Parts: sequence; C-alpha cells; structure tokens
Amino acid sequence: MFARAAASAAVIVTLAAFDGAAAQTTNQPPDTMAARVEACTPCHGNKGEGTSDVYFPRLAGKPAGYLYNQLLAFRSGRRKYPPMNYLLEFLPDPYLEAMAEYFAGEHPPLPQPAPSEVSKDVLAQGELLATSGDAGRNIPACVSCHGPGLTGMQPGIPGLLGLRAAYISAQLGAWRYGNRTARSPDCMQLVAGHLTEADVTAVAAWLATRPAPTNPAPVPKGTYALPFGCGSQPN
Amino acid sequence: MGSRLSITLLALAALTTLAQGQDKSQEKSSDIIARGEYLARAGDCTACHTAPEGHLFAGGRAMPTPFGTLYTSNITPDPETGIGKWSADDFYKTMHSGRFPDGGLIYPAMPFASYTKVTRADSDAIFAYLRSIPPVNQRNRPHDLRFPYDNRQLILGWRTLFFREGEFKPDPTKSAEWNRGAYLVEGLGHCSMCHSPINALGGTSQSDAFKGGLIPMQNWYAPSLTSNREAGLGDWSIKDITDLLQTGVSARGVVYGPMAEVVHNSLQYLSDEDTRAMAVYLKSIAEPSPPPPPSSALPTTESSLLISLGKTVYDKNCASCHGTQGEGKPPHWPPLANNQSIEMESAVNPIRMVLNGGYPPGTKGNPMPYGMPPFAGLLSDNEVAAVVSYIRTAWGNRGTPVSAREANELRSAPLN
Repeated sequence: MFARAAASAAVIVTLAAFDGAAAQTTNQPPDTMAARVEACTPCHGNKGEGTSDVYFPRLAGKPAGYLYNQLLAFRSGRRKYPPMNYLLEFLPDPYLEAMAEYFAGEHPPLPQPAPSEVSKDVLAQGELLATSGDAGRNIPACVSCHGPGLTGMQPGIPGLLGLRAAYISAQLGAWRYGNRTARSPDCMQLVAGHLTEADVTAVAAWLATRPAPTNPAPVPKGTYALPFGCGSQPN
Repeated sequence: MGSRLSITLLALAALTTLAQGQDKSQEKSSDIIARGEYLARAGDCTACHTAPEGHLFAGGRAMPTPFGTLYTSNITPDPETGIGKWSADDFYKTMHSGRFPDGGLIYPAMPFASYTKVTRADSDAIFAYLRSIPPVNQRNRPHDLRFPYDNRQLILGWRTLFFREGEFKPDPTKSAEWNRGAYLVEGLGHCSMCHSPINALGGTSQSDAFKGGLIPMQNWYAPSLTSNREAGLGDWSIKDITDLLQTGVSARGVVYGPMAEVVHNSLQYLSDEDTRAMAVYLKSIAEPSPPPPPSSALPTTESSLLISLGKTVYDKNCASCHGTQGEGKPPHWPPLANNQSIEMESAVNPIRMVLNGGYPPGTKGNPMPYGMPPFAGLLSDNEVAAVVSYIRTAWGNRGTPVSAREANELRSAPLN
C-alpha cells in the first residue's frame, strides 16, 4: 500500500516536471515580428494598413529607410507625437530597423479612395501642384521626388498613396510651421514653406483621391534624379 | 564599550582607506577611466546630463519640476563651458556636499543626497572618465524657476531638513555582497529619488526612504521597495530580481515608464555580481508583514457592475496575451495574477498601462522586447476603469476597484 502510494507520487512528480519543461519551451509568445509590433496595431492596423482613424497613417509598403527615419525621429522627440515618443523611447536602433523592415515588407491592398469633400476646382488645383508644381512660387511637383506613380523611392522617400486627406494636410501643416523637421537639407520643410493653406487643402485632397497603381512598390534608389538635395535621401 | 566600538570603527576605516590607497596606486589610468565609465553608468549620469539628440554629457536637458524648469549642466571637460577647470577635489565636493567648487548651492534635482554616499575613490574614477570624453563647448542654459524658488538660499532650508552628508558606512553585521548592494542602491543608483514619497517641500524624510511615491510631473507611481504589497521583493527569487534589473523583463513582472529608462541607461550595464548584490540588498529591505489592504472607496453595487463589465473587456482585449486566468506568458507577456504592481493601493500604473501601453526597454539581454498596445483610443473611461478593476480583483488579486474619473484624469498624464 505504502509502496504503491510512493510509486504514484513518483509518477506525479515526474509528470509535473515534464509539464514544467514543456511549459518553458511552448508557453511563450510567438517569436515573430508580428507579435512584437502588436503595440502598433491599434492605430496602424494589423499589417500597417491603417485604421478608420484618418490621422493615423498607413505604414505598409513604405520604404524601410523612410520608416526607420521616422522611428528615429519619434524616439528622439524630433518628430513630436507623445504616444509615439513614449512607446519608442528606450528601443535600440537595430530593433527599430527591424520594425521598419517588417512594415516595409507588408503589402495589404491599398484602400479604395474615399469620395472627396472638396470642389472640382480645388481638386484640379491640387492635381496641378502635385503633377507640375508652380515654378513661379518655387514649388516643385510632388511627383518630382515622390515618383511619377507617387509610390516613393528607396530608401528614404515615402509613397503618398493610401493616406487620407486629413493626415496629409496635418503633416504639410506641421512642415510649414516647423513642428515636423528632418535631417538637413530639410527638403520637405523648404517645399512646405512655399505652400499656402489653400495649396495644402488642394494637394491633400487630390492625393487622397488617387487609385491604387498596378505596382505600388517604391521604385529602386536612383531611378530618377531629385530636383534638389534631401537629407533623408542619401545620393 | 562606546569607545571600544569607535576604535574598532576607526581601525576598520583605516584599513579600508589603506586598501583603497593600494588599489589606486596599482590601477592604471586606462583602468580607472573604464571603472569611471562603469560607475557613471551605475549613477545614470546620462539620463539628465545628455539632451535628446545632444552631445554626450553636454547638458541642456530640460527637467520640469513643480517649482519650474531646470536645465542640466555641461559636464564635459570643456574649460570654458564644462568642468574642464575642475580638480578631482572640486568634483568630489560637488558629489559629496552638493556644492559647486565656488561653494554655490546645487539644486537637489541633482541627487547629491544619494551621491554623498559615494567613496572618494569612486568619485575620482568618475571624474577621470569625464575628463577623458570629448569636450563640448556649449554654455549652460539658465534655470527657469518661479519666485520664490529662483532664490538659491532656499536650498539651505531644504538641506537642513533632508540632507545628511556622509559616505556609505558598511554594516559589519551584513555580508560584503549585501553591503555592495546597499552602496549601489543608496548611493550611485539614487533609487530613493523616485521610490520615496515626495513631500510638499520637494524632499524625502529619512524614515520614508524607499516607501514609494508618485513621481512629480511624470505621474507614474514609484512603488515602495520595502512593502511586499508594492514593489517589495521579499518573496521574489534572486533570479527574478536580477532578470528584471538587467533585462527589463522577468517571470514576475516587467519594467515600464521611468523604470524602463533606468534599466535602459544604467542597470543593464552593471556586472552580474553587482546586479546580484543589489538584488540581495533589495530583497532584504522588504518588510515581512505588510499592512492590511485599504477598503474600497466605491460602493459595492457599482464595483460589481464595473467588475462584470471589466471581465467582458478583458476577455475581448487582454486575454489573448495575458491569459484567461491572468497567467500571461512570462517574461514577455507579464502575468497579471499575483502581480504586485497591479494590486497595490495606487492604481496609477495599471491605468496608465491600459491607456498608453508601452515597451519594456531594449537591453542586451532582451534586445527586441514585446510591446503592450495603447488602449486610450479604443476604450472609454468606464471601460478602462472596469478592466483595471477586474484585473485588480480577479484570480485572487487583492487590489481595489477604480473609478472612471481616475481613468479619465490619467488620459492627460504627460507621456515623456
């Protein structure tokens, strides 16, 4: 009787030990980037496709160099948005690089453009500025840097598709007022400094109406020459 | 009896001095600089003396305080704007007495009440290291303090009330390891700067040391290191404590907020031996018998409704990582059941974690930490209060419910 009880106890102990060992190897979060960036998903979507909040941008498919620059700028506080500054404050460079690569490599479909809330005239003005610029006012066309298909260029120039007008307009406003800055020469600040509020509204509205191109990938580095120097895009 | 004790202590002090003297003469200057760099990490000098995107130790970082904004000073060896003209004596005097070389009083935002415990040899090593870094010519920015706090003479009053000058005295009844841990925690680590209640005069009384407190301006609660109901480590294993200090994550919990900064800048660089010594000391100062939990301020019907809503919110948003029984997947997805930081009297930290989410620091031991999503945009004040009330009371947790108002107030807490 006693011997049997002791034997059962031994079995139980062995089982418990076995369970413990199994728990140590399997009871862990998935060893993936997707699991590590879950903190990003309430605002940017599970694959970086964006969410219903028009002020939170799509991240998916943007060039990794651009995304990495933004992560660095949020971490240092150069780009100001307290919830982002807080999340990134104590994360090392290689990890931010891995996050940038992760979202750059995600390709959820671009959303259907929402119907625009502005008049046809305003949209036409936006299209003119985006595709031809205004040489008289020193405003280059968006397409001269962001690419003929507006899909951006590796490694540092972002595509402008899949963003909502509210986000684009808020960012252009931040560039204009100097709240958003980038490495010198700060090309976007130079460009935005020449825009009026009406220009911002028009460009943002027109960009938000663009349909998805057949190939939404950023073009390779050096595909075209930039009209002027840009600190975020090494030559 | 008293005189015999004094003589013994004197003899001990003489021996210690002798030992330090020998160490010093044998130590090469490159070794002293390396040791100084290590000690500067232990003191987390960079947290204040390096500005974001600024040069190492060139100062200029804004330090908001309840009395106005202080700007940290340039401690690079630049002769004009830094400490290039200082001697090792000047540096020791600053660390030890909280006075500039000219005798001027230093604002106690500089933790000289802790650094006074640092030995002369360690102070000299840190100074040697600071002399070895590149000088940066960057003038100190004047402080921006409100009247009457812009009058430095007020510091005299603060010093009388809260400052006890004097190097760390080892406790001969304790092990060398314990004493090393105590020296690091009470001295360079300056843990009491946050983990003690701050009174209206901006000071901590000796008897309240390590008893926890809300950090002014940051609105994070720095839990008590002596109460096992807060961050007291009495029933933690040494391994869990060293894991937490060195990597930022452990089987018992994870660091966020200001403590993530401390692990990121400072603790991850400490040797295994020093980390263990701190763990041994921290474990020993926890009180064995915690005070009884406070009763809830919320009426019972309201709290039971909250808690039942809280379970719904939890099962939908939290259980996928933290488990249906709050067991988590430690160390990366921390357990919430039997987690002191969830249960303690102040609910500030759990509410903030739900609102703001957060990443533990990226460290050598945990370079790619898992993050908690922010729920501020997804949950209402009532839902935040409900889910925090639920995790504070479920699975045997002995916390108390919180109100939607408490949740709402923390939506505007500063994030950096």
